[in-house]
Amino acid sequence: MTYSVNGTPVTGEPAPGQCLRTFLRAAGHVEVKKGCDSGDCGACSVLIDGRAVHSCITPAQRANGREVTTAAGLGDDGALAPVQEALADHLGFQCGFCTPGMAVTASTLNPELADDPDALARAMRGNLCRCTGYRPIREAITHSLCGSAEGCGGCSRTLSRTADAGAGPASEGVGAAVAHPAADRIVAGREPFTFDEAPADTAYVAVLGSPHAHARVLAIDATTALAMDGVLAVLTHEDAPDVWFSTARHEHREDDPDDTRVIDSVMRFVGQRVAAVVAETQRVADLATQSLVVEYEVLPHVLDPEEARSPGAPVLHPHRTPADRVADANRNVVAAAHDATGDVEAALAASAATASGTWTTSRVTHAQLETHGAIAWVADDGRLTVRTSSQVPFLVRDELAHVLGRERDSVRVFAARVGGGFGGKQEMFCEDLVALATLRVGRPVAYEMTREEEFVRTSVRHPFRVSVRAGADASGRLTALHVDVLSDTGAYGNHAIGVMFHGCSESIAVYRAPVKRLDAEVVYTNNVPSGAFRGYGLGQVIFAIESALDELALQLGIDPFEIRRLNAVRPGDDFIVAGAPEEDLVFGSYGLDECLDLARASLAGPDDVAAPDGWDVGEGVAASMIATVPPRGHLASASIAVDSDGVFHARSGTAEFGNGTTTVHGQIVASAFGVPRSRVTLTHADTDAVRYDTGAFGSTGIVVAGKALHAACEALASALVNAGARVLGLSADECAVGSDGVSAGGRTVGWEELVAAVEPAHRRDGLAYAESHLDQRERSVAFNVQAFRVAVRRDTGEVRILRSVHAADAGVVLNPAQCLGQIEGGVAQGIGSALYEEVMIGADGAVANPAFRQYRVPQMADVPVTHVQFASTSDALGPHGAKSMSESPYNPVAPALANAIRRAVGVRPYGLPMSRDRVWRMLRD
Amino acid sequence: MDLAAVQTMRVARTRADLALAPGEQFMAGATWLYSEAQPGLTGLVDLSGLGWDRVTPEADGSLTVGAMVTVADLARWGDGSGLAAAPLFRQCAESLLASFKVQSAATVGGNVARSYAAGAMIALGATLDASASVWLADGDCADVPVSAIPAGNGVSTLAPGDAIRSLSFPAHALAALTAHRRIALAEHGRSGALLAGRRDQDGSCVLVITAATLTPVVLRWPTVPTPDAVVAAALAAPGYYSDALGSADWRRSVAATLLAEVAEELA
Repeated sequence: MTYSVNGTPVTGEPAPGQCLRTFLRAAGHVEVKKGCDSGDCGACSVLIDGRAVHSCITPAQRANGREVTTAAGLGDDGALAPVQEALADHLGFQCGFCTPGMAVTASTLNPELADDPDALARAMRGNLCRCTGYRPIREAITHSLCGSAEGCGGCSRTLSRTADAGAGPASEGVGAAVAHPAADRIVAGREPFTFDEAPADTAYVAVLGSPHAHARVLAIDATTALAMDGVLAVLTHEDAPDVWFSTARHEHREDDPDDTRVIDSVMRFVGQRVAAVVAETQRVADLATQSLVVEYEVLPHVLDPEEARSPGAPVLHPHRTPADRVADANRNVVAAAHDATGDVEAALAASAATASGTWTTSRVTHAQLETHGAIAWVADDGRLTVRTSSQVPFLVRDELAHVLGRERDSVRVFAARVGGGFGGKQEMFCEDLVALATLRVGRPVAYEMTREEEFVRTSVRHPFRVSVRAGADASGRLTALHVDVLSDTGAYGNHAIGVMFHGCSESIAVYRAPVKRLDAEVVYTNNVPSGAFRGYGLGQVIFAIESALDELALQLGIDPFEIRRLNAVRPGDDFIVAGAPEEDLVFGSYGLDECLDLARASLAGPDDVAAPDGWDVGEGVAASMIATVPPRGHLASASIAVDSDGVFHARSGTAEFGNGTTTVHGQIVASAFGVPRSRVTLTHADTDAVRYDTGAFGSTGIVVAGKALHAACEALASALVNAGARVLGLSADECAVGSDGVSAGGRTVGWEELVAAVEPAHRRDGLAYAESHLDQRERSVAFNVQAFRVAVRRDTGEVRILRSVHAADAGVVLNPAQCLGQIEGGVAQGIGSALYEEVMIGADGAVANPAFRQYRVPQMADVPVTHVQFASTSDALGPHGAKSMSESPYNPVAPALANAIRRAVGVRPYGLPMSRDRVWRMLRD
Repeated sequence: MDLAAVQTMRVARTRADLALAPGEQFMAGATWLYSEAQPGLTGLVDLSGLGWDRVTPEADGSLTVGAMVTVADLARWGDGSGLAAAPLFRQCAESLLASFKVQSAATVGGNVARSYAAGAMIALGATLDASASVWLADGDCADVPVSAIPAGNGVSTLAPGDAIRSLSFPAHALAALTAHRRIALAEHGRSGALLAGRRDQDGSCVLVITAATLTPVVLRWPTVPTPDAVVAAALAAPGYYSDALGSADWRRSVAATLLAEVAEELA
């Protein structure tokens, strides 16, 4: 058939049953993204004869004779369309994976929607963004619909994109609200993600998942599959190395239990890899998996975590021992913590008020728009090379070497731009399989997960049951705090230990109580595995503690902001969970007081949405603390080099997955040398780029990797100044580095001369060079306060957010627009977890809602405006005084909403999500 | 998504082309078909060559809507029709889970034939007493009330090879006053309960529950009932169910609450 794409005629024959999305991508139009492949997320949106469609649910044949327009051809003559310009200028993306489809869809909207936010949100309900919380997208679309280049009622900000080479640097350095360096490419879909570039001759993997929650594989008959045209190999447990590891990746591999094989002969959850087919095409691989005949011995399974640790429960990992980091395999207990300071029973008995309850949280899927996936091949240099959608390329490299029994130097792992992660890509869910497959079939192999696989075969947020007993004296001072946690890690222990300990750390340490007790266990069940998720356990425990604190405030008639101020740690205090003080935590700065003040003042502002008649209205608040760096070491290397043209080449190991690291790293270089970002190149997320980097988790992109880059920049600046001083015959303190080189007294030493004159230790490959290696062990703390005013309809359970405010203690904010976006996105994800999202498990152990149409990721209509304010702190530890601010805004959202609902209706919610049916039932019972 | 097992695709142009070979299924808007893996589906028969894409006002005041008319086109036609019942066309189109991009591809006939409990074209047809003209696989024809086509959530009474040609909306229903309510677990999520009603010019009243129940519940009264009567009837209705989009007890309660609002609006 013949059709046109972006004005260019194309001839090709789609296969029967082929959708337009894969047909366009096969023709090179990789700007058409895959988020769900089921018509729910909109990442694949294109125009057919000017009409927007989801190309994943459009038969390719229906483009016959039509004009197809993608994000890459949306503007006139190769320029960006107005909505794309607006999305770039308003920072209308973070990871950028949803952005091309967002732009295509928005380009067809009626201008009248600029004045009708509800109608705009309704129209955009077929486009999901997991990162931003939609506010900047809404502003950008509204701006473009207004058709005004000068801005309009829809927006109040414009950003500077990377300035021309001649432009001054002042507007681009640290502290400026500059746009992402790749903004223009991202909005047009031209920035390559993991699967947008692949080696020629790539083969594809499809995985057969277990239909049983617990079973032993007795036999696999692959005869039919192997006879199919195009099938290259079928991999089973017999092909997998006999090496046990964890999909979770940490700086220390001993942080996680060795309980996983690439393919195991025992199935412990529905969906676990039984076998993998490698084939010439994805379609053949998919079909071939259906022809595998597997014989199972079905074993008894356990889905409830309390049952799992009770006598008589099926044992999931009977052969694991404490040496494998499984504390008590016969009780299915991966790890436990029991600690106390003082006598809780006595302290509670003597308290003026006590509050207690058991709070539960749900499984949540990360729902990053780019699914997991990796491509592996053996490069010309003989190294196993893996291109992957990962937050932690160095850790993946190290573990691949371990699993495959290779030298570390024989493996290279890198990431292109990563389409979101939220913790889900601090795992090795694909790389092991593609590595095994490529070594087997001798050609490049790709494994791109489907959205369903994301639900059934990756990881979810750990569901917690948290019992809290808290006591206070009549003035509201805490007398005792007992926290009892049961975490369900599912079938494997990836992140089980870390999430349990971290979840019970800053959440408890933030409050001073003379008597504290902690009992915590994390157990195996035959559920889909849990894993790292934004907040890393804190949000679950904070939900319970902040709810209990609210209950005490109600009983004692104390203002909820004041009870937090009264009990919070402050500089000079130790950080105590329930035992010895935390040794590596320090107050690099303290902004909780200010955050409480800011949030309270802001909550007093007017409703953004009016309360409907007859609905009950209430206000709620919650606070949270987080350490700015993960514990026990987080390493980063960075280098900076300048060439004789004055172009700076920065290298770091950390990954960009929407957290904005590349933007801030560019700003750090711009500030250090007084140059515009157009003279800065960035290379990152590649094990070849720098010596080492622990990776992008724990909000470390700025406070660790950025700090390392900052140090490298300072070292290079010093070397350049010394070189310039030598040339000029002056002392170094008379000279300064600037955009033209090193200057003093009206004379300037240009870049070419400087590069030649720099001392040998700072010379590399013809460039002036410096590097820095950082092991950040000392950690500061950051705070967040969230407050809501809500209205609740009793007879339907509907909750409407009338006003949402957030105060953040981020230290010095290096990019206000971007940091605002991280907070808004975190609040939006928090609202999702609090009101809507739950991965449901059926009685058979299978995920019951493995698609976006059944699992409710917040849409534009579901996310209110959040008024964000920053405390005026400057941190002693972070670069330029900055603190981490990616994970933490999520943590106080659910309890703030729960407390607001409680105060509106007089009944306290104990379970997440507080969905309409649950709120309705709570009020009826 | 790509439908891995599909080997053949043919465009039907005559009734004879509608005879399905083993493994074949009809394809209308394709928006559901391509949204899930379809194991065992080896052939597609495209209905877009049959010309069933017209909205035709008939001489007797009734309306014939071709099965391949898109949800968006029907809503747009309704907007310009001047009919008393026109608002319900738009409201039901907007009740779809899917965005405007899907509404402009999904067909009225496909939505009815798919027979999801939340199928908004079923709510429209059931409320306005529409009947479907069906070409039966055995060569006969039949007129079937739209409300009788679903047999369960995603299960139809149509046999394999039966094809809905068109829906016919009677004149008296098109002249009726209508009202609509819907609720889902999220603002624009798949309907947990979709309530619609109409009051004819003779005062008689039809109230319909869909989405909350496995099949449509059609309640008829000689005059608009009191809210109490509506609540009692809704609570007594059969077929409330639980799934990821809402529990049965909640669906039953909110269906009753919101159906009473529909009745109040019609009174």
